[in-house]
Formats: sequence, C-alpha cells, structure tokens
Amino acid sequence: MIKILSRSLRENKKPAILTMIFMVLEAVMETIIPFITALLVNQIKEGTETRTIALTGLLLVGMAVLSLGCAAAAGVFAAKASTGFGKNLRKDMFDKIQEFSFENIDKFSTASLVTRLTVDVGYVRQAFMMIIRTAVRSPLMFIFSIVMSTIMGGMLAVSFVVVVPILIIGLLWVAKKAMPAFRRVFKKYDKLNESIEENVRGMRVVKGFAREEFEKEKLAKASEDIRQDFTKAERIVAFNTPLMNLCMYINMVVILFVGSMLAVKYGGTKIDVGQISSMLVYAMQLLMSLMMLSMIYVMITMSTESAKRICEVLTETPAILNPQNPVMEVKDGSITFNKVTFKYAKTAEDAALEEVNLKIESGMTVGILGGTGSSKTTLVQLIPRLYDVTEGELLVGGVNVKDYDLTVLRDSVAMVLQKNLLFSGTIRENLCWGNPHATDEEIIEASKLAQADEFVQTFPDKYDTYIEQGGTNVSGGQKQRLCIARALLKKPKILILDDSTSAVDMKTDALIREGFKKYIPETTKIIIAQRVASVMDADLIIILDDGKIVDMGKHEELLATSSIYKEVYEQQTNGGDDHDE
Amino acid sequence: MMNNGVKQKNGHTFKRIVKLLFKYHPVMVPILIFCVLFSAGVATVPAILQQKIIAIIEKYQVISDWNGALKQVLPIIIFLIILYVVSIILNVVYTQLLAILSQKFLSRLRIELFSVMQNLPIRYFDTNKHGDIMSRYTNDIDTIRELISNSIPAILRAAAVVLSVFVIMLYYSLYMTVLILAGVALMLIVSKKFGGGSAKYFLAQQKAIGKLEGFIQEMMNGQKVIKVFNHEEKSIDDLEVINEELRMTGFRANACANILGPVIMNIGNILYVIVAVVGGLLITLKVPNISLSQLFHQEFAFFGISFVVPFLNMTRQFTSNVNQLSQQVNVIVRSIAGAKRVFDLMDEEAEVDEGYVTLVNAIIDEEGNITETNNHTGRWAWKHPHGDGTTTYTELKGDVVLTEVDFAYVENKPVLHDISVYARPGQKVAFVGATGAGKTTITNLINRFYDIADGKIRYDGININKIKKADLRKSLGIVLQETNLFTGTVMDNIRYGNLEATDEQCIEAARLAGAHDFIKRLPEKYNTVLYNNGSNLSQGQRQLIAIARAAVADPPVMILDEATSSIDTRTEAIVQRGMDKLMEGRTVFVIAHRLSTVMNSDVIMVLDHGRIIERGTHQELIDKQGTYYQLYTGAFELE
Repeated sequence: MIKILSRSLRENKKPAILTMIFMVLEAVMETIIPFITALLVNQIKEGTETRTIALTGLLLVGMAVLSLGCAAAAGVFAAKASTGFGKNLRKDMFDKIQEFSFENIDKFSTASLVTRLTVDVGYVRQAFMMIIRTAVRSPLMFIFSIVMSTIMGGMLAVSFVVVVPILIIGLLWVAKKAMPAFRRVFKKYDKLNESIEENVRGMRVVKGFAREEFEKEKLAKASEDIRQDFTKAERIVAFNTPLMNLCMYINMVVILFVGSMLAVKYGGTKIDVGQISSMLVYAMQLLMSLMMLSMIYVMITMSTESAKRICEVLTETPAILNPQNPVMEVKDGSITFNKVTFKYAKTAEDAALEEVNLKIESGMTVGILGGTGSSKTTLVQLIPRLYDVTEGELLVGGVNVKDYDLTVLRDSVAMVLQKNLLFSGTIRENLCWGNPHATDEEIIEASKLAQADEFVQTFPDKYDTYIEQGGTNVSGGQKQRLCIARALLKKPKILILDDSTSAVDMKTDALIREGFKKYIPETTKIIIAQRVASVMDADLIIILDDGKIVDMGKHEELLATSSIYKEVYEQQTNGGDDHDE
Repeated sequence: MMNNGVKQKNGHTFKRIVKLLFKYHPVMVPILIFCVLFSAGVATVPAILQQKIIAIIEKYQVISDWNGALKQVLPIIIFLIILYVVSIILNVVYTQLLAILSQKFLSRLRIELFSVMQNLPIRYFDTNKHGDIMSRYTNDIDTIRELISNSIPAILRAAAVVLSVFVIMLYYSLYMTVLILAGVALMLIVSKKFGGGSAKYFLAQQKAIGKLEGFIQEMMNGQKVIKVFNHEEKSIDDLEVINEELRMTGFRANACANILGPVIMNIGNILYVIVAVVGGLLITLKVPNISLSQLFHQEFAFFGISFVVPFLNMTRQFTSNVNQLSQQVNVIVRSIAGAKRVFDLMDEEAEVDEGYVTLVNAIIDEEGNITETNNHTGRWAWKHPHGDGTTTYTELKGDVVLTEVDFAYVENKPVLHDISVYARPGQKVAFVGATGAGKTTITNLINRFYDIADGKIRYDGININKIKKADLRKSLGIVLQETNLFTGTVMDNIRYGNLEATDEQCIEAARLAGAHDFIKRLPEKYNTVLYNNGSNLSQGQRQLIAIARAAVADPPVMILDEATSSIDTRTEAIVQRGMDKLMEGRTVFVIAHRLSTVMNSDVIMVLDHGRIIERGTHQELIDKQGTYYQLYTGAFELE
C-alpha cells in the first residue's frame, strides 16, 4: 500500500525530505537549548561576570532563532509536500478513473468515488503531514532527551526509567482500546447520517404520511445509541491527559527531591540548580515526544481505511485497454453480431445477452423494442466497446471492435445514453464535446438536425446560455435534443439513440428521424424506443425479450408475426384497450 | 463597520453555544468549569514550592547539610505530592465529565436540530440544497464537537493558568512580571496574525473543497458520457485547475498553522533567555526587589537565584499555554462558522398548524349518526369543535373541492390561476399538461405542503385550513414520481404507510400494487433490507413499493403523481389491474405523462400555464379536438 501511495509523491519528495531534515535540526536545537540554559542559570547563580552571562544569553537567542527558522522552514515544506501529495493523489485517481471502462465504473458507485477523491485524500494527506513532521522528530527527541539528561543529570535520569514504561504502556492501552471503539462509532455515525439524509430527501413522504413524530423518535433512539458508544470511546481517550500529567508529576517530584539531595550533599559539584530546572524541561520534552508518537499511531490507523480505499482505485485494472497495433480507421457503419453472449459478471449465472446474431448494413435505420430488463441498452453498449462481449464476436465496419483504437472506434460510434447528461457550462461548450473544433455553422447545423436550434434561438443568450449542473434549466425534451445534437457533431458512422427522445413530442421526434434520413443517409442509425411510433418506419425492427432477439423484421411483417409487437402496438395506438370507453 | 458586525455576530454565536451548554447541563457544566479552573490553578502552585526548594538548596549547599535540608524539603515535597494527587483527580474527573458531557450535548443538539427540521415546511426543502442541509449534521456538528471538547477547555485552562501565574509572578517580582507580560503580548499578537491568517485560509480551503466536490460529483455522474465522447483528457485538464486551486489554499492554510506553533515556542525560548539574563543582571547589580510578598512580610530583599528559576519555569508554562490557545484559533473560527449554520437552521420558522379539526375513529349507525370511539372501526370521521362549545362529526368520505384557487411560490409570480376542481368520493380526476403547467402544485396545495393564496379548498365540506395537518395528510395517500424509500426491510417500507398494519395487511397491499410478484423473488422476500434509497431495486420496482406503501394506509383520497412513470408499458398493463382495484372506491388525483394512464378518468383537466384550459372525459376531449387531442395524437411535447 505504501508503495502504491508513494508513487504519487513525485515532485513532493524533496520538500518532504527537507521537512524531515529541518525537523531533525530543530529537534537538535530544542535539546541543546535547555543544556545551555542550565549553564546560564548556574552562571547567574554563581554571580559570573555580566559579559559572560550576556554572551551565553546571546548564544541562546541565536539558537532560538535558528530553531525557529528550522521549524518554520519545516512547517512550510511540510505544508507544501502534503498539499502537493494530496493534489497528486487526486489527480492520479482521477486519471485512473478516466481509464475505467463501464465495467469498472459500475463496480464503484459514484458516491463512493466522490468520497475517495475528497474525504479519503484529506485524511491521508493529513496523516502524511503528521508523519513527515513528527515521525522522525519524535523518536529523535526521545533519544536526545534521554542522552542529554543522562549527560547532565546523571542519576536524575533514573526517574525516566520509572516513568517512561508507565506512559508507553498507558498510551498503548488507550490506543488499542479506543481504536476499535472509534471504528465502530464511525460506522454507526455514517449510518445515522445516511438516515438523516433519507429524511431530507424524502421529506414529502415523511410529511405526506404525517410521520414526523415517528422519525423524531427513530432518530432520538439512534442518536442515543451513538452517544453511548461515542462516550465510551471518548472516555477511554480522555485518560491520555491525566496519564501524561501523572508521569510529568512523578518526574517533577523525583527530580526535585533527588535533585535537591544531590545538590546539597555534593555542594553543587555533581548537580546544581540550573541542571535541575533543565532536567524538568527534558522530562517534559521526553514525555511530549511519546505523546506525539501515540498520536501518530492513532492517526495512521485511522487513515489506513482511507488509504486502502484510495489504493483500490489506483490499482484497479481497466477492463478494456487499447489493443497493440490498433486499426485506426472505421471503414463504414456496418455492424455484425456473431453469436454474441454477454454477462455483466463472469460468474453470473444468467447471461444478459444470449447468442445474439445480427447483421446491420451501413446506413440502415434499426429500431429496438423491448420491456425493461430485456437488455436493449446492453446490446447497443457493446458496439462502441463500452463493454466487451463475453463470447462470440462483434464486428464494426468488418473489423472486430477489439482491434480498433478505442478513441477511433468511439469517435465513429456516437451514442446518446439513456441517462442523458449535460454538464455545467454554456450550450456551445456542451455541444463541443462532440467536436472541440466545431465551427458555429457546424453547431447550428447539428442543432437544426436535432430540432434544437429553434428553441436555443429563443434563449436570450442563444448558444451561450449557461446550463446549470445537471441541466436543470432546460426541459427534459430540450435536454434530449441537445444531447442528440452533441452526438451528431461527431459526424459518426454509427449513431445510437438509447431511448433518447422519450420526452420529445411525437411530431418533433418524427422530424428528427426524417432529418436523419435526409441529411445523414450513410450513417447507421440505431434507435431504442418505448414508443412504437419512433421505430415503425425503420428498415429493421428488433424485438428483445429477456436478452434474446425474439422477433426481427419490418413493421408490417412484425404486425403479422410478432405477438409482443402487436400487443405493444395496439396498446399504444388504441390506448389501454380493456378499460377505456 | 462590516467587520465589526460580523465579529459581534460571532460573539453572539459563541454566547449562544455557552448558553445552550448551561441549558442542557445546568449541573455538569459548572462542575466541569470548576474542575478545569481548579486543576489548572493547582498546576501553577508548584512554581512557588520550587522556588522554596531552591532557596533551601542554596542555603544548605554551602554547608552540605542534607539532613538539615531534608527537614525543610520533605514537608514541601509532601505538600507537592498532595497537590499533584488532587490535580490528577480533578483532571480525571474533568476529562471524563467532558467526554460524557460533550457527547450528551451533541446528541441533544442533533435531536433538537432534527426535530426542528421535521417541523419545517416543505418550502424549506424545496429551496435549500439537500447537501447543504446535510452538512449541518455532519461537518458543522463535528466542528462544534471540537469546540466543546478542545477549544473551550483550552481557553478556560489557559485563562486560569495565566491568571494564577500572573498573581504568583506579582508575588515574587514586579520587574519580571512586566517583562514576561511584554513577551506574552507579543505572542498574542503573533498568534492573532498567523492564527487569524490560517483560519482565513482554512475557510478558503473549505470553499475550494466544496468546489472540487461539486466538480467531481458532476464528472463521476457523467463518467459514462465522458467515455462515450472520448472526453477524458479534457476533464483531466479541467480537474487540474480546481485541484491546483485547492492545493494553493491548502498550502497557505497549513503553512500558517504549521509556523504558528514554532514561532510561539521560540518567542518563549527567547523570552526565557531574556528573563535569565535580566535576572542575572538584577542579581549582580544587587537591585532591590519589588513584590507583593514584600508588602505582606514588610521585609526587604535583594533579587536572588531563587526568584529566577521559578520565573524561568513560569515562562515555560505561559508559553505552552499560549501556544495551546493559539492552536485553537483555527478551530474556534471554523466551529463558530459551523455553529452559526446550525443555529440558522434551528431558527427557521416551523410549519404553522392552526388546524383544530381532527380525524377520529367512528361508529356510524344506520341512520348516519356518528359516535366517536377509541377502537379501530375502519370508519373515520372529522371531529369539528365549534366556537360555541359544541362538537360536530362529519364522516370521512373523500370529497375534495377546490374553488377559484390562486397560488404563487414567489410573490407576484402566480403559478395557478382560478383553479376549480370538484372531486366527488370515488371519482378519478386527472391532470395533464406540460412541465411547469402546475399539475404537481395543485396536489401540493391539497395536502397543504404549500398554502393557497386565494380561493378555498374543502375536504368533506370542511375548509382544509381548519384541519390539523397531520390528520389531513393521513387522509391523503401520495405516491410521487421520485420514490423515496428508507433503509430497512421491504416490509418496514410498506408499513410506513400504516404503522399498525399487520404483515398480512402489508402483503395484501403489495399484492394490490402488483409488487408482490417481484418481492417474493427477492433473496429475503419481504425481509430483504433496502439500502441507499433502495438502490438494489429498479426504479419501477421502487415505484411499486411506494404504491403498496400508500395502499396500506388505506386513505379515502389518493394522489398519484407520475406514480407509474418508470414502469414500462407492458408491466404497467399488468399492474393496471391492481391499480384499478386500488383506486376503486377512492377519490384519486392522477398526474401522468403517459396518456394511457389517465384515459379512464372521470374527468381530465388540461393545464396550461397555471390555468385549466380544458376539462372533460377522454371521449369528450377527443371529440373537442383541442389541446388534449393534440397531446393525444402526439402533436405536443409533454415534458
């Protein structure tokens, strides 16, 4: 895991290392300062010349300034390294996600990807900063303090032997006990927030059924439950401060008592007032460094989960990769399905598509009908190789789709997804997704063909109208037509409309299809629809049911041969037959 | 001026948190404050004892008389130990209390926030982003937690230490006190500058994170579109800009915060040296000391080493407390911003309910006389108390009449004009029309999610403004296009419509809604747990559960707002029979995009820009060859 994450360090390695170096320098200063201070105090006590005292003082000030410089530099470098690392992590993950095929995207939910890119990176970044700032410094500080206090205090350092194990054991106990408790709490906490979110989203349902009181009770119970667990966990951690204080106090008492004994007995030859006060400082430093180490331990364990989730994304292998020596041109818009079987998961029992055989000539208009779950979308998603076929082969322009360069293939196969999406930005920017270099004429031409130009012209800002996130400021039908225009701008060899005109009125729908016939006759058009009227005039209508092609043919043929087609047709043209009139 | 106003508000928010703390925990908070102050105060006393011990060392060192010294040192050490034991006990008490208290406080705050939210009108949820409401429960409450469990105790502790150390210092020496105070003033200035700066950048970072989140949310949602359009490179470039902005603000915020600690600590170090040097000078120059202790003891003393050492330690104590405090500046700024948002929600005006007509179980005899009962009879009546003390009962039938209703979401932008609808018990009334024509708005008015501006709505002849909202809504079953299910089993979700329903009744309702078939094929059948708004089901299946949920409530009036929009026509035809049965004997308002769903209504209203432009049965409207006819033949766009 560390190896994977460290790949995202890159240009931040240098500041990270500099942070550690400066941190070490600062630690050296921090440990020498009390040593000199002891000297100073003794000088004062002995009534040494003012000049010597001033010199020692100056030396100390110099060291403090140096220490400040080092610490400040370390602080800046740490900030630089950690934020840079965070940025790289986000970028690497995002880049990786861009490589994902549909299969990979399905595996991670949108919400989870967003969390990984934001919250998880935040935790890891913080832990990283903490590590480079203290992981080297604290152990060093610990060792320095022991060494210095042994040099200076001799016997007095014995008190550490008592105190340090107490603190270490205590801190470990707290960390060990608290960690799992916290993990449990956080899980529950997430659940609680999810249930609050359900309420916010479903407020119409709550109020509609007058369930306000019911929900309040439900939340009060859940909140109380969490409170108990949370309190338990926090109470364990709350022992850290008194524990720290206990150790500090024991130290104080021992140093003061033993120190004064030694100072008095040996007349200040072994130990003197200055050493005693400095020993107190060292004791503090020592205990603080242990405290820091325990904090790092907690921080690391807490962020491990996040790091794991990040690594999951970074190590995910894209299910579809570009072939070697790819074919760089799609000759025409012909499509051939050769005994194609498709399963969403290799282990799935039921195939989403079973032994599909289909031949579509270039320039044909093909309609696909079928109920929900009949795999209409699945069928067409195989054509631009959004998924790979499980068995059989799929040819576009006479070449197996697996042999094409992915960009080339997808540029030639334009697909308007069922889940239409416009992005925040102007209409022009959105349309240019289809072709970044499209001229105004091309944009208008495509929009006219998609019957979008007319309403765009009624907007005050025309093609510069800003589309809100999710396209909330245009109607469903308008959104669909813009999505079609966007696809048309690609000038594709194959155009796939996956239920893309469901919100468009029938007249406009007919106009769009007419335009297709007239202006892009060479393009193969595949239209998935709920309305029979949308596919009636197609060259070929395919009826899918449960992942199989059950009927195929022209409108008249199907009316005569296909019971499903006939049923749907009658239902839609006569209306729900058995209960009207 | 502006700045001042904001500051005052910040102070106000802080005061309000403290007030709430006292309100929720009138006993615990004072105990806690006492413990914190006292333990901090106690922690400063050792400085005095230290000075005493050093004075003793000086005295006896010359003659190397440990036994003599011991007699004086020992009582001090014992006193010190007692002090420490007391301090530790206080420390344990207050840290434990704090853990208990802060969680209790947060839980109460959360529950209160939620209760307030439950009582807010739908308008609030329609006009505020859900993510924004949610973040008060997550981020904002979390920052308040930090404020209570870290910042406030740190402030108290620092205040106690500073105050007591100050007194002790005065007790010893005036010069030194002035010197240290100057140093502390410098530290405070520095922490205000850096701390304030870092807080500012942290807020900017928060904003940048929000922006990044928005971008990533949009991109992840549209990832499939990105793939289809080979738009990967472009979105990577777009990310770079926002990502870099976040890095920059993050860098500034963290750099400021990282520098602050060392700066303060080293100002402390320098102060330490200055105290030492000045102390040394005072000793060598044999300057007479000025202090409180002299005032008490009326004795004259020269400055000695026994004064310098405790001062040096007090300098440290000061420094580390100021340092701790400075680390809190950030948290305080952020948590006050968070608390403000929490209080904003708490201060929102609740949905007003001045209704007094309630729904009661009733026994209705053959003559139509109604008597109220506590038993569940399956018959309901409106209990209508009048001003003169009498009470009348009206049978619940489901007769809904709208007369000349006008309505506007935003003043002066009317969305409904002069709407009159008569729905007799058992009738099916349909609304059709383009998006924004006002179909859903009408249903929002019937169940009083919004209140009408003008006109009247009567339910069984009673003005709905007089009916208690909860009871009114209980008498209306709604199924919305956007299905919201709750985490829990399928059974729990169906039972949501009627908490007293037995399993059998729930299953019966599911049968009626046509949901039983797919539910029984789920791995755990009715006990299958749904997560995340039922994301393990298809949209159509979720709609079927929502219909079952409304069915189990068995209301006399139902509102179906695009309730079957996600069910394909073939399945709908199968469900239709159940739906018809469900609608039997009920007053039903239907909004549907698909005309086949509304064709068999008793009356169809065609809405356009908030007005009813046509009304009649399917056949009548077809014969009329008006808008409905055009819609039916597909000449008009519906959505």
